[in-house]
Amino acid sequence: MTEHMNPYVPILVMIGVATALAVAGVVVSRFIGPHRYNKAKLSPYESGMEATPGAAGGGRVPIRYYLIAMTFIVFDIEIVFLYPWAIAYERLSLFGLVAILSFLALITVPFVYEWRRGGFDW
Amino acid sequence: MVNIVNALVSPTPSPSVTPPEGFVPWEQTLRGDSLLLVAIKAVAILVFLLLSVLFAVWFERKVISRMQERIGPNIHGPFGLFQLVGDALKLLLKEDVSVTKRDRVLYIAAPLISVICAFLVFSVIPIGPAVRIPFTEDVTPLQLTDFPVAALFILACAAVGVYGIVLGGWASGSTYPLVGAVRSSAQIISYELAMGLSLVTVFMMSSSMYTQDIVAAQADLWFGVLLLPAFLLYIVAMVGETNRLPFDLPEAEGELVAGYMTEYSSIKFAWYFLAEYINMLNVSAVATTLFLGGWRAPWPLSAVSDGVLNTGYWPVLWFLAKVWLLMFFFVWVRGSLMRLRYDQFMRLGWKLLIPIGLGWVVLWGVARVLYVKDWLPSVKQVTVPAAIVLGLATVVVLFWPSKPGEEKTGRGRVKEIDATAGGFPVPPKPGEKLPPSPRSTRTVDARSQAKEKGDRDKG
Repeated sequence: MTEHMNPYVPILVMIGVATALAVAGVVVSRFIGPHRYNKAKLSPYESGMEATPGAAGGGRVPIRYYLIAMTFIVFDIEIVFLYPWAIAYERLSLFGLVAILSFLALITVPFVYEWRRGGFDW
Repeated sequence: MVNIVNALVSPTPSPSVTPPEGFVPWEQTLRGDSLLLVAIKAVAILVFLLLSVLFAVWFERKVISRMQERIGPNIHGPFGLFQLVGDALKLLLKEDVSVTKRDRVLYIAAPLISVICAFLVFSVIPIGPAVRIPFTEDVTPLQLTDFPVAALFILACAAVGVYGIVLGGWASGSTYPLVGAVRSSAQIISYELAMGLSLVTVFMMSSSMYTQDIVAAQADLWFGVLLLPAFLLYIVAMVGETNRLPFDLPEAEGELVAGYMTEYSSIKFAWYFLAEYINMLNVSAVATTLFLGGWRAPWPLSAVSDGVLNTGYWPVLWFLAKVWLLMFFFVWVRGSLMRLRYDQFMRLGWKLLIPIGLGWVVLWGVARVLYVKDWLPSVKQVTVPAAIVLGLATVVVLFWPSKPGEEKTGRGRVKEIDATAGGFPVPPKPGEKLPPSPRSTRTVDARSQAKEKGDRDKG
């Protein structure tokens, strides 16, 4: 066959099919499930007691989670840069190796710094 | 020396990698698919995943029961197989309670994001080679699609799936889901790093991110054997990534009720539940594809009459066998190991898995480049020094002097433990003795009591 389909089109089809199923489930359950609501049922879970009023817009979480999230972004980008090198390391040869090792070293310094400062202690 | 400097300054492109024997340009056969065929395949994957999840729930309950000397589901249908159909229908028929403080849009969108992302991963997993569709002359691979960054797409889906968890917990407007959501996302992103690092060496060996190329590159030797450290890293990371025991901290019932899905009920809960089990299947399928030879038959079988078992619909069998072996591993781990504390868990991820992953990438990268450049010393040159070093290491390990006063712990010996090890109180194990409390020696009254107790123990 000469006419080739773009390989990303099946992904769109898959997204469509999966979305249809997921949304259909939510819609169907709205119609076939019972609806006997009361105040206690609809209030936020709090071990059977009156729920504490939560802060508007979610609430507060420990700062550590933000620290982990920021560190994650640094490392995720590092890994994404490792992949192209991993695919082409044979052609990049020694030049690529030295380049990627310097890059890794640059990331490792702040990693060690954060480690020593207790950024990974919970 | 001059050579090295030259190589550093101007990269000399080495001849491009020759494709392995019997290489077929997969993307061409794939792109020959009609839109109708693509749609059929997509629906087939969906049905396959739904049935697999139903089976996985039954499988898990049954296996874990046997491990705990129980029988498990056995009433409805043969081997209790219909139990899970009832379970699924029950969830659909339950009342859909929406908590009052929710964010209206995100509360519904979050479980949908989770489950849709979970469904997407299987679209690039190769379940088999190109086969002839029954009753027609058309040939198509047993795979929805494959593209130059297929393996990256898998990681991308896992990453977007985290949004479903974070938004679900946040949009509930409740305390427990929020804490569960941030915990869960911190856990998943931490172990995603370890997972991503473990895949680097796989891509080095396959020189491609087409999943079919990665499978083809393992025709001779599975990457799980060749790159064993990376495989072990992936195995640990995949359990952490899917929130399974011993890493199921987001759902630590004693602390967080049900984590991010506390406020979800009915089908929305079912979607989260489904997403969790599909993710188990996903990581197992990815492990199969990237490390365990994908759909190719295991070694003794792959040699049977020139690899006839690697053609036609046979590979589906090998693929499923490998995936379900890994699923069994998941259940086995759940039946054997206890849940980690959160600080232990984060320490394992950041202070052990990530440094190991980085170290392995550097080690393998240097070794491979030296190998490609043909700068590696020959086997003869290596053997003698290696034998000497290994021998010395053995001698050192065997005759390493133990510190005086450092008693080896064993049965029958009483060892004093630090009752507040690392700031957390721990009860003594059998054969261990708590040190006397500093408070008991402070007051005269307590001291006399302690003495009395000591006398009683002696008597």
